[in-house]
Amino acid sequence: MRRRSLIKAAALLPFGARVASAAPPAEPVTQALIDAAAKEGKVTYYTAMDLSVAEPMAKAFEAKYGGNIKVSVERTGAERLFNRIAQEAASKIYKVDVVNSSDAAHFLPWKRDGWLAPYMSEAMARDLPPEMVDPDGMYCNQRTHLSAMAYNTKMVAPGDVPKGFLDLLDPKYVGKLVKAHPGYSGTIMTATQQLTRELGWGYLEKLSKQKVLQVQSATEPPKRVEAGERAIAVDGSDYLFWLAKERGSPVEVVLPVEGVPQISNPMGVFKAAPNPNAARLLVSWIMSPEGQQFIVDLSGQYPANRQVKPKKGRPPLSSIKTWREDPAAVEKEADQIKAQYARYFKV
Amino acid sequence: MRLDLSRAVLVGVVILLVAIVVLPVGWLFIYAFADKQGHPTLGNFVTLFTDPSFVDPLVNTLILSFSVSAICCLIAAPLGWLAARTDMPLSRTLRILVMASLVTPPFVGAVAWEMLAAPNSGLLNQLWRDLTGAEDPLFDIYTMEGLIFVMACYTFPYVFILVANALDRMPGELEDASSMLGARTWQTAIRITVPLALPVLLAGALVAFLQALNQFGAPAILAIPAGFHTLTTKIWSLFQFPPKSELASAASLPLLLLTVALLRLQAAALGRRGYAVLGGKYGAPRVIRLGALRIPAAMLAMLVLALPLFLPYAALINTAFSPIASQFVTPATATLKNLRFTFLELSSTMPALKNTFILALAASTLGGLLALLIAYIVARQAVVGHRVLAFLATAPLAIPGIVLGVGLFLSYAQTLYGTLWILLIAFITIELPAAYQQLGSAFRTIHPELEEAGRMLGATRLRTLWDITAPLLSTAAVATWCFIFVAVIRELSAAAVLFTSETKVVSVLIFDLKESGDVGAIAVLSLAMITVTAIVIVLANRLGGARLPTRV
Repeated sequence: MRRRSLIKAAALLPFGARVASAAPPAEPVTQALIDAAAKEGKVTYYTAMDLSVAEPMAKAFEAKYGGNIKVSVERTGAERLFNRIAQEAASKIYKVDVVNSSDAAHFLPWKRDGWLAPYMSEAMARDLPPEMVDPDGMYCNQRTHLSAMAYNTKMVAPGDVPKGFLDLLDPKYVGKLVKAHPGYSGTIMTATQQLTRELGWGYLEKLSKQKVLQVQSATEPPKRVEAGERAIAVDGSDYLFWLAKERGSPVEVVLPVEGVPQISNPMGVFKAAPNPNAARLLVSWIMSPEGQQFIVDLSGQYPANRQVKPKKGRPPLSSIKTWREDPAAVEKEADQIKAQYARYFKV
Repeated sequence: MRLDLSRAVLVGVVILLVAIVVLPVGWLFIYAFADKQGHPTLGNFVTLFTDPSFVDPLVNTLILSFSVSAICCLIAAPLGWLAARTDMPLSRTLRILVMASLVTPPFVGAVAWEMLAAPNSGLLNQLWRDLTGAEDPLFDIYTMEGLIFVMACYTFPYVFILVANALDRMPGELEDASSMLGARTWQTAIRITVPLALPVLLAGALVAFLQALNQFGAPAILAIPAGFHTLTTKIWSLFQFPPKSELASAASLPLLLLTVALLRLQAAALGRRGYAVLGGKYGAPRVIRLGALRIPAAMLAMLVLALPLFLPYAALINTAFSPIASQFVTPATATLKNLRFTFLELSSTMPALKNTFILALAASTLGGLLALLIAYIVARQAVVGHRVLAFLATAPLAIPGIVLGVGLFLSYAQTLYGTLWILLIAFITIELPAAYQQLGSAFRTIHPELEEAGRMLGATRLRTLWDITAPLLSTAAVATWCFIFVAVIRELSAAAVLFTSETKVVSVLIFDLKESGDVGAIAVLSLAMITVTAIVIVLANRLGGARLPTRV
């Protein structure tokens, strides 16, 4: 039964690239694990998640275990995170315990090269849709978000609101756009692969002529639109646009009519983790209904855990015309995407 | 004259300098001329020079450096003259403020100028629109001009200090003679003062050019949103994983060679200064009375200083206490959110502060001692081969920070990378030339006869050093210590290549936060960094009676 759902998942989805072996059995959180984790005393969490979410989440985990396990959050864009981990590994430096990337393609080479340790928490086995868990238990999706468009309502007249990507090529938007960069952000790397698959590179070539303000991380366009630096964001993490709107800033989200890039955020434990027990405890907590609820309450991203309901007021994922995510293609095309992008946008 | 153990000391110091200076540069050359398999090739240079994505940054960098250099001279020369030769009020304050702009890290200045002059959300542009009703921004920082402006803001102090110091020392007699012979003030200025100051100004122009050429901080903040690369940001981007070490090394070489050539030019320019100071003691320079222009001159000077100092710091403070960076903070909207986030939530803050402090302390102490040792050996010509030491200690001047970072990484990726040691080496190497030059000139003012007298009276060499030389040197030593400390705190270029997650320093943390646009935390960290710097300078002044070194 389980086997069959895995095979189905493999055929369908990113994570099940191939089914080589069965997933490891689910491990409950035992007192022994908690003690061992407390003995390690800390866990290093590499993530691309915005700090406004990642740091409070880390603090909530620390509080849950009585402050005995300190989390150090190492946040940067997923592409730079990938570079850092590879560079550290090349120098035989092993600092990362748990990694969470917004570029699912990163987990393919990590798994292939044997860098990840299998771990199946109870919630991963019980509450996650099978297609969100790697068949070998090397990683699972932590949460899903979108790369959305958005605009500052004080800067765009109602009649000028763009409906989708193609609208942005109109000359009236010259100098009004801000966009993040696939060379730094995993969200944007994933989104760019989908965008160029659906609309072709010609689209980005034309867009690059619109005097776009180029920023790095997908977490920055929301901040720029909220600050009123640019009227419209071509892309960016949807949850940050929503959060800005919810705190009363003049920000409105646009889900592009052509389709919305969907981004999963896998998480895994590194085999060479210096704090393997704390790493497992952290993953277990983040994937548990409690951890997932925390992420949803704070940010409204789409939870991976089926026990947790998405945040009220956000459009349900099923109602959105999302583009298909294809990590294998992202892995293959990443270098070419970065080079081509740099050719058009000059940086 | 021979040192006790002199040979051993010399060998030790040379080995150390080879490890921290020669090895990194050597690896750069090897990598630049080799392909991925290690076979010799010129292919890397062919790749670079036929690829517009490398040629464009080269052209950009040259435009940038020429412009920054010209602007710095245009601003710094008159300002230096006002401070040194006129009765302008506040001239002492002016000098202190110029030092304060020198101490401000350019990347902090660049972030602050984003807050001020981002075309739409920038505070100055908002004010401009409110006041004039204009559509277009007053100033767009995300342009080549914007970057030139910011870099000039933090480069002009170098030129100012050179010019002001030269004018301080310039003999008054020549000018007196000129006016006694009936020349008017402006004639004296044009015929005497300007020609005498010209070599220094040329040297200043070259220093500014070099600073702009090799700077990473401000371009790293502004170049990407402005849509172009400079050489340093390009090298940095080539060094992202998988590090294209061959290309990064090859791209570093033009920068290295250009720097060496310019340094030679500069030495030539400064060398000519000699003719102005032939023979004997001179009277104090003449003070030119500005008369009715005194107040406007002071106001103008303060206006200039608003650009690197008053405005950026106001913007940083505004952002630190504001919920959104683009809003003017009011008592009603003021928030401690950013402070709380930076110090209580952000888990990198404390480790980064700690690392920075340890490194600054270690680099200034060890680097200062190393410079002292070298300066002593060279000044007293204590051992054969001391010239090699002088050369090696000055050589890092020619190595841009980012290039040194790449070289050190290539040399020590399998050993020291990932520890604070590699950063310590980088910082000591970068600051060694300035520290050495400063202590060297201090040694030259202490005549060896004093030491010889001590020796003749039966004291050992160590005892002589301790009782006679050390007290005479203490001011310079404290100043050097202080100089390295401050320089380490603001260093970004080598650190950006060499850090790992556990060896992050504050400058790198700010750089990381910039990537995600967390300007609130950046403002808080920058202000914290500047506060620490200011405290160190004040303390050093109290303790050692030292002034910040004015040598560059």
